[in-house]
Amino acid sequence: MLTAPSVQSPAIPRHSAVVRVTHWLTVLSFFALLVSGLEIVVSHPRFYWGETGNSNTKPAFIIPIPASRGTVPTGYGYEMPDQNGWSRYLHFQAAWLAVLTGLFYGIHALLTGHFRGDLLPAPGDRNWPAVRAVFSKYRRRGPPDPAEGHTYNVVQRIAYILVIFVLFPLIIWTGLAMSPSFVSAFPLSVELLGGRQTARTLHFFITWLLVAFVVIHVAMVYQSGFRDRMRAMITGRTSSESSERKTTPGAVAQESL
Amino acid sequence: MRKISRRRLITSGVVATAGVAGLAAATRIAARHGLIPPDCRGVYGPGETLTYAAQKLLTRHSLAREFPRSMISAKPFLNAVAPFSDAFKAHQALGFSDWTLKVDGMVARPTTFSLSDLRTLPRKSQITEVACEEGWSYIAEWIGTPLSHVLHEVGVLPEARYVVYYSIEPDWWESVDMADALHPQTFLTMGMNDGDLPVGFGGPLRLRVPRQLGYKSVKFITRITATDSLRGFGKGLGSASPEGGYSWFAGI
Repeated sequence: MLTAPSVQSPAIPRHSAVVRVTHWLTVLSFFALLVSGLEIVVSHPRFYWGETGNSNTKPAFIIPIPASRGTVPTGYGYEMPDQNGWSRYLHFQAAWLAVLTGLFYGIHALLTGHFRGDLLPAPGDRNWPAVRAVFSKYRRRGPPDPAEGHTYNVVQRIAYILVIFVLFPLIIWTGLAMSPSFVSAFPLSVELLGGRQTARTLHFFITWLLVAFVVIHVAMVYQSGFRDRMRAMITGRTSSESSERKTTPGAVAQESL
Repeated sequence: MRKISRRRLITSGVVATAGVAGLAAATRIAARHGLIPPDCRGVYGPGETLTYAAQKLLTRHSLAREFPRSMISAKPFLNAVAPFSDAFKAHQALGFSDWTLKVDGMVARPTTFSLSDLRTLPRKSQITEVACEEGWSYIAEWIGTPLSHVLHEVGVLPEARYVVYYSIEPDWWESVDMADALHPQTFLTMGMNDGDLPVGFGGPLRLRVPRQLGYKSVKFITRITATDSLRGFGKGLGSASPEGGYSWFAGI
Protein backbone atom coordinates (compact mmCIF):
# COMPACT_ATOMS: atom_id res chain seq x y z
CA MET A 1 0.00 0.00 0.00
CA LEU A 2 1.14 3.49 -0.71
CA THR A 3 1.35 5.90 2.10
CA ALA A 4 1.58 9.06 0.01
CA PRO A 5 -1.68 11.01 -0.19
CA SER A 6 -3.49 10.21 -3.39
CA VAL A 7 -3.85 13.03 -5.86
CA GLN A 8 -7.36 13.31 -7.27
CA SER A 9 -6.26 14.27 -10.78
CA PRO A 10 -8.55 13.33 -13.66
CA ALA A 11 -7.03 10.08 -14.94
CA ILE A 12 -5.67 10.37 -18.46
CA PRO A 13 -5.78 6.89 -20.01
CA ARG A 14 -2.50 5.39 -21.19
CA HIS A 15 -4.14 4.88 -24.61
CA SER A 16 -7.17 6.86 -25.75
CA ALA A 17 -10.39 4.98 -26.42
CA VAL A 18 -9.94 5.54 -30.18
CA VAL A 19 -6.43 4.10 -30.09
CA ARG A 20 -7.60 1.08 -28.09
CA VAL A 21 -10.61 0.30 -30.26
CA THR A 22 -8.77 0.82 -33.56
CA HIS A 23 -5.81 -1.23 -32.26
CA TRP A 24 -7.97 -4.30 -31.62
CA LEU A 25 -9.98 -3.87 -34.82
CA THR A 26 -6.66 -3.79 -36.67
CA VAL A 27 -5.53 -6.94 -34.84
CA LEU A 28 -8.76 -8.68 -35.85
CA SER A 29 -8.59 -7.63 -39.49
CA PHE A 30 -4.85 -8.35 -39.77
CA PHE A 31 -5.33 -11.87 -38.44
CA ALA A 32 -8.23 -12.47 -40.88
CA LEU A 33 -6.17 -11.04 -43.77
CA LEU A 34 -3.16 -13.17 -42.87
CA VAL A 35 -5.07 -16.46 -42.60
CA SER A 36 -7.16 -15.87 -45.74
CA GLY A 37 -4.14 -14.55 -47.64
CA LEU A 38 -2.08 -17.64 -46.85
CA GLU A 39 -5.03 -19.82 -47.90
CA ILE A 40 -5.11 -18.01 -51.25
CA VAL A 41 -1.35 -18.57 -51.66
CA VAL A 42 -1.93 -22.31 -51.22
CA SER A 43 -3.86 -22.37 -54.51
CA HIS A 44 -0.75 -21.24 -56.37
CA PRO A 45 2.38 -21.29 -54.17
CA ARG A 46 4.61 -19.96 -56.96
CA PHE A 47 5.81 -16.37 -57.30
CA TYR A 48 7.00 -14.44 -60.32
CA TRP A 49 8.41 -11.07 -61.32
CA GLY A 50 6.94 -8.99 -64.12
CA GLU A 51 3.49 -8.84 -65.65
CA THR A 52 2.60 -12.49 -66.20
CA GLY A 53 3.45 -15.84 -64.64
CA ASN A 54 1.86 -19.26 -64.52
CA SER A 55 2.68 -22.95 -64.23
CA ASN A 56 4.23 -22.86 -67.73
CA THR A 57 6.71 -20.11 -66.86
CA LYS A 58 9.75 -20.04 -64.65
CA PRO A 59 8.96 -18.86 -61.13
CA ALA A 60 11.14 -16.45 -59.13
CA PHE A 61 10.67 -18.84 -56.21
CA ILE A 62 8.20 -21.38 -54.95
CA ILE A 63 6.88 -22.16 -51.50
CA PRO A 64 7.53 -25.90 -51.08
CA ILE A 65 4.02 -26.90 -50.03
CA PRO A 66 1.28 -28.92 -51.76
CA ALA A 67 -1.18 -26.73 -53.69
CA SER A 68 -4.97 -26.78 -53.56
CA ARG A 69 -5.10 -27.09 -57.35
CA GLY A 70 -4.03 -30.11 -59.34
CA THR A 71 -2.73 -27.90 -62.17
CA VAL A 72 0.20 -26.59 -60.09
CA PRO A 73 3.30 -28.78 -60.38
CA THR A 74 4.38 -29.13 -56.76
CA GLY A 75 5.74 -32.68 -56.89
CA TYR A 76 3.67 -33.78 -53.89
CA GLY A 77 0.99 -35.75 -55.71
CA TYR A 78 -1.39 -34.44 -53.06
CA GLU A 79 -3.97 -31.69 -53.33
CA MET A 80 -4.89 -29.47 -50.41
CA PRO A 81 -8.60 -28.68 -50.01
CA ASP A 82 -9.74 -25.62 -51.96
CA GLN A 83 -10.39 -22.75 -49.55
CA ASN A 84 -10.28 -19.85 -51.99
CA GLY A 85 -13.99 -19.04 -51.99
CA TRP A 86 -14.42 -17.97 -48.37
CA SER A 87 -10.78 -16.87 -48.18
CA ARG A 88 -11.33 -14.29 -50.91
CA TYR A 89 -14.63 -13.12 -49.43
CA LEU A 90 -13.02 -12.81 -45.98
CA HIS A 91 -9.83 -11.21 -47.33
CA PHE A 92 -11.68 -8.29 -48.92
CA GLN A 93 -14.14 -7.86 -46.06
CA ALA A 94 -11.23 -7.76 -43.59
CA ALA A 95 -9.38 -5.38 -45.91
CA TRP A 96 -12.34 -2.99 -45.76
CA LEU A 97 -12.36 -3.24 -41.96
CA ALA A 98 -8.62 -2.53 -41.87
CA VAL A 99 -8.82 0.39 -44.29
CA LEU A 100 -11.86 2.02 -42.66
CA THR A 101 -10.32 1.54 -39.22
CA GLY A 102 -7.07 3.01 -40.49
CA LEU A 103 -8.86 6.02 -41.98
CA PHE A 104 -10.77 6.66 -38.76
CA TYR A 105 -7.57 6.33 -36.71
CA GLY A 106 -5.60 8.50 -39.12
CA ILE A 107 -8.12 11.34 -39.19
CA HIS A 108 -8.54 11.19 -35.43
CA ALA A 109 -4.78 11.15 -34.95
CA LEU A 110 -4.33 14.20 -37.18
CA LEU A 111 -7.06 16.13 -35.40
CA THR A 112 -5.85 15.31 -31.88
CA GLY A 113 -2.13 15.65 -32.60
CA HIS A 114 -1.54 11.97 -31.76
CA PHE A 115 0.89 11.59 -34.66
CA ARG A 116 2.91 14.67 -33.75
CA GLY A 117 2.72 14.30 -29.99
CA ASP A 118 2.96 10.54 -29.49
CA LEU A 119 4.53 9.04 -32.61
CA LEU A 120 6.94 11.57 -34.11
CA PRO A 121 10.22 11.14 -32.20
CA ALA A 122 10.76 13.98 -29.72
CA PRO A 123 13.22 16.62 -31.01
CA GLY A 124 15.93 15.48 -28.60
CA ASP A 125 15.54 11.87 -29.77
CA ARG A 126 16.03 12.40 -33.51
CA ASN A 127 19.58 11.10 -33.50
CA TRP A 128 21.46 7.80 -33.59
CA PRO A 129 22.72 7.89 -29.99
CA ALA A 130 19.13 8.05 -28.74
CA VAL A 131 18.15 5.07 -30.93
CA ARG A 132 21.28 3.15 -29.93
CA ALA A 133 20.59 3.79 -26.25
CA VAL A 134 17.19 2.15 -26.52
CA PHE A 135 18.63 -0.84 -28.39
CA SER A 136 21.45 -1.33 -25.91
CA LYS A 137 18.93 -1.37 -23.10
CA TYR A 138 16.86 -3.92 -25.01
CA ARG A 139 19.99 -6.05 -25.36
CA ARG A 140 20.67 -5.83 -21.63
CA ARG A 141 17.01 -6.79 -21.08
CA GLY A 142 16.81 -3.81 -18.77
CA PRO A 143 13.44 -2.90 -17.27
CA PRO A 144 11.45 -0.37 -19.26
CA ASP A 145 12.07 3.27 -18.51
CA PRO A 146 9.40 4.64 -16.14
CA ALA A 147 8.50 7.12 -18.88
CA GLU A 148 7.52 4.18 -21.09
CA GLY A 149 4.50 3.63 -18.85
CA HIS A 150 2.91 6.69 -20.46
CA THR A 151 4.86 7.37 -23.65
CA TYR A 152 6.66 5.52 -26.46
CA ASN A 153 10.44 5.46 -26.74
CA VAL A 154 12.12 6.55 -29.96
CA VAL A 155 12.48 3.03 -31.40
CA GLN A 156 8.78 2.28 -30.82
CA ARG A 157 7.87 5.57 -32.48
CA ILE A 158 9.99 4.81 -35.55
CA ALA A 159 8.54 1.28 -35.78
CA TYR A 160 4.94 2.50 -35.52
CA ILE A 161 5.52 5.27 -38.05
CA LEU A 162 7.05 2.78 -40.50
CA VAL A 163 4.08 0.43 -40.13
CA ILE A 164 1.45 3.17 -40.39
CA PHE A 165 2.98 5.29 -43.15
CA VAL A 166 5.06 2.81 -45.15
CA LEU A 167 3.98 -0.82 -44.75
CA PHE A 168 0.21 -0.28 -44.57
CA PRO A 169 0.11 1.96 -47.67
CA LEU A 170 2.38 -0.50 -49.51
CA ILE A 171 0.29 -3.55 -48.67
CA ILE A 172 -2.90 -1.75 -49.79
CA TRP A 173 -1.26 -0.50 -52.97
CA THR A 174 0.21 -3.88 -53.97
CA GLY A 175 -3.14 -5.52 -53.17
CA LEU A 176 -5.15 -3.12 -55.31
CA ALA A 177 -2.59 -3.49 -58.11
CA MET A 178 -3.80 -7.10 -58.43
CA SER A 179 -7.40 -6.04 -59.06
CA PRO A 180 -8.09 -6.13 -62.82
CA SER A 181 -10.98 -3.74 -62.33
CA PHE A 182 -9.06 -1.23 -60.18
CA VAL A 183 -6.06 -1.17 -62.51
CA SER A 184 -8.35 -0.54 -65.50
CA ALA A 185 -9.15 2.81 -63.88
CA PHE A 186 -5.66 3.39 -62.45
CA PRO A 187 -3.18 1.58 -64.72
CA LEU A 188 -0.21 3.39 -63.19
CA SER A 189 -0.91 1.63 -59.88
CA VAL A 190 0.40 -1.61 -61.36
CA GLU A 191 2.76 -0.20 -64.01
CA LEU A 192 4.81 1.71 -61.43
CA LEU A 193 5.34 -1.54 -59.55
CA GLY A 194 6.52 -3.35 -62.68
CA GLY A 195 3.57 -5.63 -63.38
CA ARG A 196 0.82 -7.70 -61.87
CA GLN A 197 3.03 -10.62 -60.75
CA THR A 198 5.57 -8.25 -59.20
CA ALA A 199 2.70 -6.66 -57.27
CA ARG A 200 1.65 -10.10 -56.02
CA THR A 201 5.20 -11.03 -54.99
CA LEU A 202 5.71 -7.70 -53.21
CA HIS A 203 2.33 -8.12 -51.47
CA PHE A 204 3.61 -11.45 -50.17
CA PHE A 205 6.94 -9.95 -48.95
CA ILE A 206 5.29 -6.98 -47.25
CA THR A 207 3.00 -9.44 -45.45
CA TRP A 208 6.07 -11.01 -43.86
CA LEU A 209 7.45 -7.60 -42.87
CA LEU A 210 4.14 -6.95 -41.10
CA VAL A 211 4.26 -10.39 -39.49
CA ALA A 212 7.81 -9.65 -38.33
CA PHE A 213 6.57 -6.42 -36.79
CA VAL A 214 3.75 -8.24 -34.98
CA VAL A 215 6.14 -10.89 -33.62
CA ILE A 216 8.63 -8.32 -32.31
CA HIS A 217 5.81 -6.11 -31.03
CA VAL A 218 4.27 -8.94 -29.01
CA ALA A 219 7.69 -10.07 -27.78
CA MET A 220 8.43 -6.53 -26.55
CA VAL A 221 5.03 -6.30 -24.86
CA TYR A 222 5.83 -9.57 -23.14
CA GLN A 223 9.28 -8.32 -22.14
CA SER A 224 7.98 -5.09 -20.65
CA GLY A 225 5.18 -6.68 -18.63
CA PHE A 226 2.51 -8.48 -20.57
CA ARG A 227 -0.39 -8.07 -18.14
CA ASP A 228 0.24 -4.40 -17.56
CA ARG A 229 0.65 -3.52 -21.23
CA MET A 230 -2.40 -5.58 -22.21
CA ARG A 231 -4.48 -3.90 -19.54
CA ALA A 232 -3.33 -0.53 -20.82
CA MET A 233 -4.46 -1.37 -24.37
CA ILE A 234 -7.78 -2.85 -23.20
CA THR A 235 -8.91 -0.59 -20.35
CA GLY A 236 -6.60 2.35 -20.93
CA ARG A 237 -5.12 2.03 -17.42
CA THR A 238 -1.93 0.58 -16.07
CA SER A 239 -1.12 -0.60 -12.56
CA SER A 240 2.09 1.44 -12.52
CA GLU A 241 0.11 4.48 -13.55
CA SER A 242 -1.93 4.49 -10.35
CA SER A 243 1.22 4.14 -8.24
CA GLU A 244 3.17 6.73 -10.23
CA ARG A 245 0.38 9.24 -10.22
CA LYS A 246 -0.22 8.79 -6.52
CA THR A 247 3.42 8.96 -5.50
CA THR A 248 5.50 12.01 -4.91
CA PRO A 249 8.28 12.66 -7.41
CA GLY A 250 10.86 11.77 -4.74
CA ALA A 251 9.38 8.34 -4.24
CA VAL A 252 9.47 7.66 -8.00
CA ALA A 253 13.11 8.68 -8.15
CA GLN A 254 13.95 6.35 -5.28
CA GLU A 255 12.04 3.50 -6.88
CA SER A 256 13.94 3.82 -10.11
CA LEU A 257 17.25 3.73 -8.30
CA MET B 1 -18.00 3.70 -13.73
CA ARG B 2 -18.47 7.19 -15.07
CA LYS B 3 -21.92 8.67 -14.75
CA ILE B 4 -23.52 9.19 -18.13
CA SER B 5 -24.91 12.68 -18.33
CA ARG B 6 -28.27 13.41 -19.91
CA ARG B 7 -26.60 15.52 -22.58
CA ARG B 8 -24.26 12.68 -23.46
CA LEU B 9 -27.14 10.23 -23.60
CA ILE B 10 -29.17 12.47 -25.92
CA THR B 11 -26.16 13.13 -28.14
CA SER B 12 -25.38 9.42 -28.41
CA GLY B 13 -29.02 8.67 -29.19
CA VAL B 14 -29.13 11.29 -31.93
CA VAL B 15 -25.84 10.07 -33.41
CA ALA B 16 -26.97 6.42 -33.35
CA THR B 17 -30.34 7.26 -34.94
CA ALA B 18 -28.64 9.37 -37.61
CA GLY B 19 -26.22 6.51 -38.26
CA VAL B 20 -28.95 3.92 -38.73
CA ALA B 21 -31.06 6.28 -40.85
CA GLY B 22 -28.00 7.23 -42.90
CA LEU B 23 -27.14 3.59 -43.51
CA ALA B 24 -30.72 2.82 -44.56
CA ALA B 25 -30.76 5.80 -46.94
CA ALA B 26 -27.33 4.85 -48.33
CA THR B 27 -28.57 1.30 -48.97
CA ARG B 28 -31.64 2.60 -50.84
CA ILE B 29 -29.58 4.99 -52.97
CA ALA B 30 -27.00 2.26 -53.67
CA ALA B 31 -29.74 -0.16 -54.73
CA ARG B 32 -31.26 2.43 -57.07
CA HIS B 33 -27.88 2.96 -58.74
CA GLY B 34 -27.17 -0.75 -59.07
CA LEU B 35 -24.38 -0.79 -56.50
CA ILE B 36 -25.59 -3.83 -54.55
CA PRO B 37 -24.30 -7.22 -55.77
CA PRO B 38 -26.64 -10.23 -55.89
CA ASP B 39 -24.58 -12.07 -53.27
CA CYS B 40 -24.96 -9.22 -50.77
CA ARG B 41 -26.50 -11.38 -48.04
CA GLY B 42 -24.64 -13.47 -45.53
CA VAL B 43 -21.55 -12.82 -43.41
CA TYR B 44 -19.46 -11.44 -46.23
CA GLY B 45 -22.26 -9.28 -47.65
CA PRO B 46 -21.00 -5.96 -46.23
CA GLY B 47 -17.48 -6.37 -47.64
CA GLU B 48 -18.79 -7.61 -50.97
CA THR B 49 -21.19 -4.69 -51.27
CA LEU B 50 -18.48 -2.15 -50.41
CA THR B 51 -16.13 -3.73 -52.96
CA TYR B 52 -18.69 -3.86 -55.76
CA ALA B 53 -20.05 -0.35 -55.08
CA ALA B 54 -16.57 1.20 -54.85
CA GLN B 55 -15.35 -0.53 -57.99
CA LYS B 56 -18.51 0.39 -59.92
CA LEU B 57 -18.08 4.04 -59.00
CA LEU B 58 -14.36 4.08 -59.81
CA THR B 59 -14.35 2.02 -62.99
CA ARG B 60 -17.58 2.92 -64.77
CA HIS B 61 -15.95 3.68 -68.15
CA SER B 62 -12.44 2.44 -67.63
CA LEU B 63 -10.79 0.11 -70.13
CA ALA B 64 -8.87 -3.02 -69.21
CA ARG B 65 -5.14 -2.63 -69.82
CA GLU B 66 -4.06 -3.62 -73.32
CA PHE B 67 -0.53 -4.77 -74.08
CA PRO B 68 1.83 -4.63 -77.05
CA ARG B 69 1.99 -7.71 -79.26
CA SER B 70 5.49 -8.42 -77.93
CA MET B 71 4.04 -9.14 -74.49
CA ILE B 72 1.75 -11.96 -75.65
CA SER B 73 2.64 -15.00 -73.50
CA ALA B 74 4.57 -17.61 -75.44
CA LYS B 75 3.10 -20.33 -73.23
CA PRO B 76 -0.38 -19.31 -72.07
CA PHE B 77 -1.62 -21.53 -69.28
CA LEU B 78 -4.35 -23.92 -70.26
CA ASN B 79 -6.50 -24.31 -67.16
CA ALA B 80 -8.10 -27.68 -66.55
CA VAL B 81 -11.81 -28.10 -67.28
CA ALA B 82 -14.04 -30.99 -66.30
CA PRO B 83 -14.22 -33.84 -68.86
CA PHE B 84 -16.34 -32.75 -71.81
CA SER B 85 -20.00 -33.70 -71.88
CA ASP B 86 -21.43 -35.83 -74.68
CA ALA B 87 -23.23 -32.74 -75.98
CA PHE B 88 -19.92 -30.91 -76.36
CA LYS B 89 -18.21 -33.93 -77.94
CA ALA B 90 -21.01 -34.21 -80.52
CA HIS B 91 -20.39 -30.59 -81.59
CA GLN B 92 -16.64 -31.16 -81.55
CA ALA B 93 -17.01 -34.17 -83.87
CA LEU B 94 -18.66 -31.86 -86.41
CA GLY B 95 -15.96 -29.23 -86.08
CA PHE B 96 -18.46 -26.97 -84.26
CA SER B 97 -20.23 -26.26 -87.58
CA ASP B 98 -23.61 -26.65 -85.83
CA TRP B 99 -22.70 -24.60 -82.71
CA THR B 100 -25.36 -22.03 -81.87
CA LEU B 101 -25.77 -19.14 -79.48
CA LYS B 102 -29.30 -18.47 -78.28
CA VAL B 103 -29.98 -14.92 -77.11
CA ASP B 104 -33.27 -14.38 -75.28
CA GLY B 105 -34.87 -12.79 -72.22
CA MET B 106 -35.54 -9.04 -72.17
CA VAL B 107 -34.80 -8.49 -75.84
CA ALA B 108 -37.06 -7.31 -78.64
CA ARG B 109 -36.04 -10.07 -81.07
CA PRO B 110 -34.89 -13.34 -79.47
CA THR B 111 -32.38 -14.81 -81.92
CA THR B 112 -30.28 -17.91 -82.37
CA PHE B 113 -26.90 -17.18 -83.96
CA SER B 114 -24.62 -19.65 -85.69
CA LEU B 115 -20.88 -19.09 -85.46
CA SER B 116 -20.89 -17.85 -89.06
CA ASP B 117 -23.67 -15.39 -88.15
CA LEU B 118 -21.46 -14.08 -85.37
CA ARG B 119 -18.54 -13.78 -87.79
CA THR B 120 -20.54 -11.34 -89.94
CA LEU B 121 -20.69 -8.91 -86.99
CA PRO B 122 -17.90 -6.35 -86.54
CA ARG B 123 -14.68 -8.16 -85.72
CA LYS B 124 -12.39 -6.75 -83.07
CA SER B 125 -9.31 -7.86 -81.23
CA GLN B 126 -7.72 -7.00 -77.90
CA ILE B 127 -4.46 -8.02 -76.25
CA THR B 128 -5.41 -8.40 -72.60
CA GLU B 129 -4.35 -10.36 -69.57
CA VAL B 130 -6.24 -13.30 -68.13
CA ALA B 131 -5.75 -13.24 -64.37
CA CYS B 132 -6.96 -16.16 -62.30
CA GLU B 133 -8.18 -15.82 -58.73
CA GLU B 134 -5.48 -18.36 -57.85
CA GLY B 135 -2.79 -15.83 -58.71
CA TRP B 136 -1.39 -16.80 -62.13
CA SER B 137 -1.87 -14.88 -65.36
CA TYR B 138 -1.04 -14.73 -69.04
CA ILE B 139 -1.49 -12.30 -71.93
CA ALA B 140 -3.14 -13.26 -75.21
CA GLU B 141 -4.80 -11.66 -78.19
CA TRP B 142 -8.54 -12.28 -78.17
CA ILE B 143 -10.51 -11.93 -81.39
CA GLY B 144 -14.28 -11.76 -81.63
CA THR B 145 -17.21 -9.43 -81.61
CA PRO B 146 -18.14 -7.16 -78.71
CA LEU B 147 -21.17 -8.51 -76.84
CA SER B 148 -22.71 -5.04 -77.23
CA HIS B 149 -23.09 -5.67 -81.00
CA VAL B 150 -25.03 -8.87 -80.37
CA LEU B 151 -27.19 -7.17 -77.73
CA HIS B 152 -27.83 -4.33 -80.17
CA GLU B 153 -28.73 -6.84 -82.91
CA VAL B 154 -31.43 -8.46 -80.74
CA GLY B 155 -32.68 -5.14 -79.38
CA VAL B 156 -31.94 -5.46 -75.68
CA LEU B 157 -34.67 -3.66 -73.71
CA PRO B 158 -33.76 -0.64 -71.59
CA GLU B 159 -35.16 -2.39 -68.50
CA ALA B 160 -32.48 -5.09 -68.70
CA ARG B 161 -29.96 -4.77 -65.87
CA TYR B 162 -27.97 -7.99 -66.15
CA VAL B 163 -26.86 -10.43 -68.79
CA VAL B 164 -26.72 -14.09 -67.79
CA TYR B 165 -24.55 -16.42 -69.89
CA TYR B 166 -24.35 -20.21 -69.98
CA SER B 167 -21.76 -22.76 -70.99
CA ILE B 168 -22.85 -25.92 -72.75
CA GLU B 169 -21.30 -27.73 -69.77
CA PRO B 170 -23.72 -28.23 -66.87
CA ASP B 171 -23.79 -25.84 -63.87
CA TRP B 172 -21.41 -23.38 -65.53
CA TRP B 173 -23.07 -20.01 -65.84
CA GLU B 174 -22.26 -16.44 -64.89
CA SER B 175 -23.80 -13.00 -65.14
CA VAL B 176 -22.55 -9.42 -65.39
CA ASP B 177 -24.29 -6.09 -64.99
CA MET B 178 -25.11 -4.00 -68.06
CA ALA B 179 -22.03 -1.80 -67.59
CA ASP B 180 -19.85 -4.88 -68.13
CA ALA B 181 -22.17 -6.44 -70.74
CA LEU B 182 -22.06 -3.31 -72.92
CA HIS B 183 -18.39 -2.62 -72.16
CA PRO B 184 -16.41 -2.30 -75.41
CA GLN B 185 -13.90 -4.99 -74.33
CA THR B 186 -16.48 -7.62 -73.36
CA PHE B 187 -16.12 -9.95 -76.34
CA LEU B 188 -17.79 -13.04 -77.66
CA THR B 189 -14.42 -14.54 -78.49
CA MET B 190 -13.87 -16.93 -81.40
CA GLY B 191 -10.16 -16.45 -82.07
CA MET B 192 -6.94 -16.31 -80.07
CA ASN B 193 -3.47 -15.16 -81.12
CA ASP B 194 -4.40 -15.01 -84.84
CA GLY B 195 -5.94 -18.52 -84.93
CA ASP B 196 -9.23 -20.12 -83.98
CA LEU B 197 -9.92 -20.17 -80.26
CA PRO B 198 -8.59 -23.57 -79.10
CA VAL B 199 -10.99 -25.79 -77.17
CA GLY B 200 -8.74 -25.63 -74.10
CA PHE B 201 -9.11 -21.86 -73.97
CA GLY B 202 -12.89 -21.95 -74.43
CA GLY B 203 -13.37 -22.55 -78.15
CA PRO B 204 -15.46 -22.33 -80.15
CA LEU B 205 -17.08 -19.48 -78.16
CA ARG B 206 -15.98 -17.83 -74.94
CA LEU B 207 -17.25 -14.65 -73.32
CA ARG B 208 -14.22 -12.57 -72.34
CA VAL B 209 -14.80 -10.09 -69.49
CA PRO B 210 -11.29 -8.63 -69.17
CA ARG B 211 -12.02 -6.27 -66.26
CA GLN B 212 -12.78 -9.27 -64.07
CA LEU B 213 -10.86 -12.39 -63.06
CA GLY B 214 -10.73 -15.41 -65.35
CA TYR B 215 -13.66 -17.28 -63.86
CA LYS B 216 -16.09 -14.69 -65.23
CA SER B 217 -14.88 -15.54 -68.76
CA VAL B 218 -17.03 -18.65 -69.20
CA LYS B 219 -16.03 -21.16 -71.88
CA PHE B 220 -18.24 -22.87 -74.51
CA ILE B 221 -21.08 -20.30 -74.50
CA THR B 222 -24.43 -21.45 -75.90
CA ARG B 223 -26.97 -19.10 -74.34
CA ILE B 224 -27.28 -15.50 -73.24
CA THR B 225 -30.29 -14.09 -71.38
CA ALA B 226 -30.98 -10.45 -70.60
CA THR B 227 -32.90 -9.81 -67.38
CA ASP B 228 -33.86 -7.08 -64.94
CA SER B 229 -33.40 -9.32 -61.89
CA LEU B 230 -31.17 -12.25 -60.99
CA ARG B 231 -33.63 -13.63 -58.44
CA GLY B 232 -35.07 -16.32 -60.69
CA PHE B 233 -31.68 -17.68 -61.76
CA GLY B 234 -30.33 -20.64 -59.79
CA LYS B 235 -30.35 -19.77 -56.11
CA GLY B 236 -30.67 -16.08 -56.90
CA LEU B 237 -27.06 -15.29 -55.96
CA GLY B 238 -26.22 -14.09 -59.46
CA SER B 239 -24.28 -17.01 -60.90
CA ALA B 240 -22.86 -20.46 -60.25
CA SER B 241 -19.79 -18.96 -58.52
CA PRO B 242 -21.50 -17.73 -55.33
CA GLU B 243 -23.32 -21.06 -55.16
CA GLY B 244 -19.87 -22.65 -55.05
CA GLY B 245 -18.60 -20.17 -52.44
CA TYR B 246 -16.94 -17.65 -54.79
CA SER B 247 -17.92 -14.00 -55.08
CA TRP B 248 -20.18 -12.93 -57.95
CA PHE B 249 -18.14 -9.79 -58.64
CA ALA B 250 -14.63 -10.77 -59.61
CA GLY B 251 -13.06 -7.39 -60.35
CA ILE B 252 -10.63 -7.92 -57.46
